[in-house]
Amino acid sequence: MEDHFKIAIRDFEFYYGSVMALKGLNLSIRPNQIFAVLGPARSGKTTLLKSLNRLTDLIFGTNHKGQMFIDGQEIYGENVSLPELRRKVGMVFDLPTALPLSIFDNIAYGPRLKGIRERNRLEKIVSESLQAAVLWEEVKDRLQSSALRLSGGQQQRLCIARMLALEPEIIMLDEPCSGLDPISTASIERSLMTLKEKYTILLVPHNIQQASRVADRVGFFLGGEMIEEGSSDQIFTRPANKKTEDYISGRFG
Amino acid sequence: MRISRHFTQEIARAVIWAASFSTLAVMFWILYQVLREGLPLLHLSFFVEGPREMGRAGGISSTIIGTLALTVVAIVIATPLGVGTAIFLREYTREGRVSRIIRFGTDCLAGVPSIIFGLFGFVFFVIFLGMGWSILSGGLTLAAMILPTIICTTEEAVKSIPYSFREVSYGLGGTRWQTIRKVVLPNAFPGILTGVLLGVGRSVGETAAVILTAGSSFLMPDSLFSPIRTMAVHFYILAREGISMEMAYATGAGLIILILIINTVANWLLFRYVHKG
Repeated sequence: MEDHFKIAIRDFEFYYGSVMALKGLNLSIRPNQIFAVLGPARSGKTTLLKSLNRLTDLIFGTNHKGQMFIDGQEIYGENVSLPELRRKVGMVFDLPTALPLSIFDNIAYGPRLKGIRERNRLEKIVSESLQAAVLWEEVKDRLQSSALRLSGGQQQRLCIARMLALEPEIIMLDEPCSGLDPISTASIERSLMTLKEKYTILLVPHNIQQASRVADRVGFFLGGEMIEEGSSDQIFTRPANKKTEDYISGRFG
Repeated sequence: MRISRHFTQEIARAVIWAASFSTLAVMFWILYQVLREGLPLLHLSFFVEGPREMGRAGGISSTIIGTLALTVVAIVIATPLGVGTAIFLREYTREGRVSRIIRFGTDCLAGVPSIIFGLFGFVFFVIFLGMGWSILSGGLTLAAMILPTIICTTEEAVKSIPYSFREVSYGLGGTRWQTIRKVVLPNAFPGILTGVLLGVGRSVGETAAVILTAGSSFLMPDSLFSPIRTMAVHFYILAREGISMEMAYATGAGLIILILIINTVANWLLFRYVHKG
């Protein structure tokens, strides 16, 4: 029954110390879809993303209950390799963080950790990733200059390219367009539509319009709880829950 | 009477300028004094000849070699230990009992006077381990002495690296060691270098601990087990025992030049490192 779901989450709860950040979450996500995680600040969106590739492990004093499966494999199981999990489930953070390295070295960071050394192969990965993130044309002549000299929007796309270079299966984007102008946003959204042919995408949209433009399915989160989950059509035209309706019609959040 | 805001501003400015200028003045006065007496005696032969007649004549070549050897041994031992400890404290443990004990230990170590390190080195390395007065005994003792400085500056440097860098590295499939090697250490390098430089300064200038552990022989050393005399010790003995004030100043001038060279090279390294991107 779990077979045709890429991600299956069962009765998942997450705690920072004694603070509950996610409660009783049940969620299944099919492959090659864009799932939008919608909700106001502090509703557990980032926690959901970070617990899916266990970046939450870095934080001291966290705890979880329940299970998460990716391709039917329990990711909090005993024999899970964290580097492999994180390569499979790539993430882009809400604040673009370019490492203080050249553009090339930023993109090649992940592949190199995996042990890829051949220059030709790295060059191919770098150019393909940058093209997929719509950054190639702007930086192709200065791959060796520092990534810190890129603008905020360019750094954001650099982070997306860097994540794509891992050749992940699931990609998670936490407000990937927060620092972008409408034109770059449109180009990112266009590339999301092509990326979903290869990947399963979890997106924290930076506004409701974006979710309605690109998402196949939407989950609405409030206070660590998933209030409602459904197809994009249904959520945005006939929300079943009053809170969802209030949120998408802009009455709060 | 109330003092106007403008007036307090002027007083503050005057005090701050006075403070920084007196610091500079003291430094230049010392430099001037030593170099005025010492520089005229500095010839090439002074650097390439060994001391003769207890140091009354000849040069200081063996003490330069001694100083460099001792410092290199101290740095080579203390840097990996200090950097390793700092990385352990910051990347491998949470704040807890273990880290508190280590930090308390290094704080205590930092406050111990150098003569106590000398005594410890003499009893432990020289006598107990049978290393005798040697570069190795002295280097190990100085390493223990400069360890807290290197731990402290490295830890500060590691602490200042944004958490997000680590998150990115782990998120891209990095292991802890890969993250340390590729993100933490490169970004902490300027801080580590500062600690090493402070350590170099202390080793080069140390006398008490060195006399007790590395001896004061001015023969050219031929192995790590040879006793040596450093330039600072040479200076001390020449001046203290009234052998030759002139040669003492010349040695002092040589010491200052050595330190200037080391600092210049380190700054150049740092500059190249920071501006390579």
